Amino acid sequence: MNWPLLWQYTGANALLGVLPAVLGLAIALPLGVACARWRWFYVPILPLTTILYSIPSLALFVVLIDYTGLSNTTVIIPLTLFSLCVLVPNVVDGLRSVPQPVRQAATAMGFGPMRRLIRVELPLAIPVIIAGLRIAVVSSISLASVGQLIGVSSLGYFFLDGFQRDFPEEIYVGGAAIIALALVCDLLLVQTRRLATPWSRR
Amino acid sequence: MRTGYLPVKRGVLLGAAISAALALAACGSSAGSSSSGGSSSNPLAAGPAKGTVVIGSANFPEDEVLAEIYSLALKAKGVKVTEKFNINAREVYYPQVAKGSITIIPEYNGALLTTSVDKTSTAATTAQVDAALTSGLPSSLEILNPSTAQDSDSVTVTQAFAKAHHLKSIADLKSIAPTMVFGSAAEFQTRSDGIPGLKKNYGVAFKAFDALGDESGPITLAALTDNKVQAADVFTTTPQIATDHLVVLTDPKNNFAAQNVIPLVYKKGINPTIIATLNEISSKLTTAGLISLNQAVGPQKQSYQAAATAWLKSVGIAS
Amino acid sequence: MSFLSFAWNWLKSPAQWHGSGDIPIRLLQHLGYSGLSLLVAALIALPAGIWIGHTGRGGVVVVNIANAWRAIPTLGLLVLMVVLIGFSVLAWLVPLVVLAIPPILVNAYEGVAGVDPDLRDSARGMGMTGWQSLRKVELPVALPLIMLGLRTGAIFVVATATIAAEIGLGGLGRYIIDGLSQSNYAEVAGGAVLVVLLALLVQVIFVVLRFLVVPAPLRTAARNDG
Repeated sequence: MNWPLLWQYTGANALLGVLPAVLGLAIALPLGVACARWRWFYVPILPLTTILYSIPSLALFVVLIDYTGLSNTTVIIPLTLFSLCVLVPNVVDGLRSVPQPVRQAATAMGFGPMRRLIRVELPLAIPVIIAGLRIAVVSSISLASVGQLIGVSSLGYFFLDGFQRDFPEEIYVGGAAIIALALVCDLLLVQTRRLATPWSRR
Repeated sequence: MRTGYLPVKRGVLLGAAISAALALAACGSSAGSSSSGGSSSNPLAAGPAKGTVVIGSANFPEDEVLAEIYSLALKAKGVKVTEKFNINAREVYYPQVAKGSITIIPEYNGALLTTSVDKTSTAATTAQVDAALTSGLPSSLEILNPSTAQDSDSVTVTQAFAKAHHLKSIADLKSIAPTMVFGSAAEFQTRSDGIPGLKKNYGVAFKAFDALGDESGPITLAALTDNKVQAADVFTTTPQIATDHLVVLTDPKNNFAAQNVIPLVYKKGINPTIIATLNEISSKLTTAGLISLNQAVGPQKQSYQAAATAWLKSVGIAS
Repeated sequence: MSFLSFAWNWLKSPAQWHGSGDIPIRLLQHLGYSGLSLLVAALIALPAGIWIGHTGRGGVVVVNIANAWRAIPTLGLLVLMVVLIGFSVLAWLVPLVVLAIPPILVNAYEGVAGVDPDLRDSARGMGMTGWQSLRKVELPVALPLIMLGLRTGAIFVVATATIAAEIGLGGLGRYIIDGLSQSNYAEVAGGAVLVVLLALLVQVIFVVLRFLVVPAPLRTAARNDG
């Protein structure tokens, strides 16, 4: 078992898994705010995300080869799109779940719409947003391994090498590393939510 | 006015810290590959630092262990080596060697010739193939000495089948082929040394062709041993030939061109020490040795480094 | 040449429509693997999810499954099965079923468990037994989420079957995998287009199914909630 290689590919897989979720969030936040604010905007966007989510990752990777070659970008873009499919509805739901009385109280205290959004609505939406982020991160980490089929290195290397050499132990190690990585990221996000929402401590 | 929603700030800071830590870990681990072990995740990255040599490999075990052998031997001679292993297509790594992003890669002279240099070449023997390569390669590239070790395509059957029908060479298939199904990757049907070549050189025409999902990999071997196909293209150094009791039919008319293991190098990136070391490796590498290397990393499940080190020791090259 | 022109040239060539690896055959294979796996997964996950939602016992297990299953790497599971048991039906059936069960299970559970308690009370008040309440009240109300679970399961099954070409399975994924190994981008592009079309078709089928199966008032209610 090549431990330095395992460590290196775990790092590569982490990048390929976390970056799409972070990028997805960066896009989903403004997009979700707009969708929550203007219903007619959300009407086309929700079906669009549903349709996009149904496309197999391998097909999307392959479509992009023509434009971004066999690079990390070819994997990161589709995974970012998948993250969007989960994050946009979550941002919208999170914002919509802020009770009307709370919004009204903020306005009564003199908050303008932007300030109310940043100081009140988004913080209250954090639990739902982070729930979506957890799904996005865990899915991306797992899907990134499919990128190995187009030669973009990740922990998927151990699956293909184990298959070629008839070496189940290698597959177990790769699988365990992916699950461990996903677990660590999930726990970090749970902690982030706890720290970011001290008012909801039980 | 009460200031800030600290929770939001703390959450954002924590998130930023996590992202930064992960990004650093990822950058650190890919930067760490520049001195030893493992490959960069982006084969299209920029060229090597000055004074280092980049060794690449294709994404199958045999080429990886060969590249590992080159790497260990060169490191023992004090050469700074970066490894870019496990690249999954010649269309990806060949242009990189041509422009110097990769300095050295273990290649197979026949395959290199017909896929990247001259698709129409009919060169068959080692000498012919090497001559065609030397004249056809771009000026930035050259091939070093070939080894005697060859790993070529074949027509392979199970031992039981060979015994039952008294098969020794491909020519023996002529009368029985119309009852057989042949299995290989889909392109074998159109390759000049594939189905058309077998017909032309030996008059062999099979009943049917089964397009399998790999080339001489686990899928092909299973199809052969399960009798889904009666003959298949199995690479001649595949260790399962011995362990699964398979018989490689001889090819007296050279339908399959020579496929000697040979280093393909970027001329400007190497020096006499490197040339001498690689040539020494090639001189000591035999087909039997290649088979036992595949045995080591395949059925015996050794790591590529362990198998490479053991081979270098066995032939007396420093590692 | 762009992706689309690669794909179009490949798709309209007659060689793709005749022979043992042609498009209709691969399409049928893909539908076969997907359909069978979804059926098996539904037979396991629907009763389980409905039962757990109805009785309230075992909900913790479902929640944990809901969080954990997305981490399972598809490719890893496929190659592991082959390496452990060889190339057989179970080698692809088990991974496809395993990956389809969680969304069906979780959504069935949430659908039934999330039925308004008032509705359940009314049913009991009207003299219905638990079983009758389930059949006449809870299941119909849970239907939108159950359909969503099946739809999500279908997405994963079609996607996994695409990747299963790597272990030699038939189906549309073969065009992508074989094309990649031979650097034939036309085949890869054509295969990708076919896979995308199939995925969209499956979605359309489920939209139609939802229209047919879920009563109109529940359809709009579910849309407003989600």
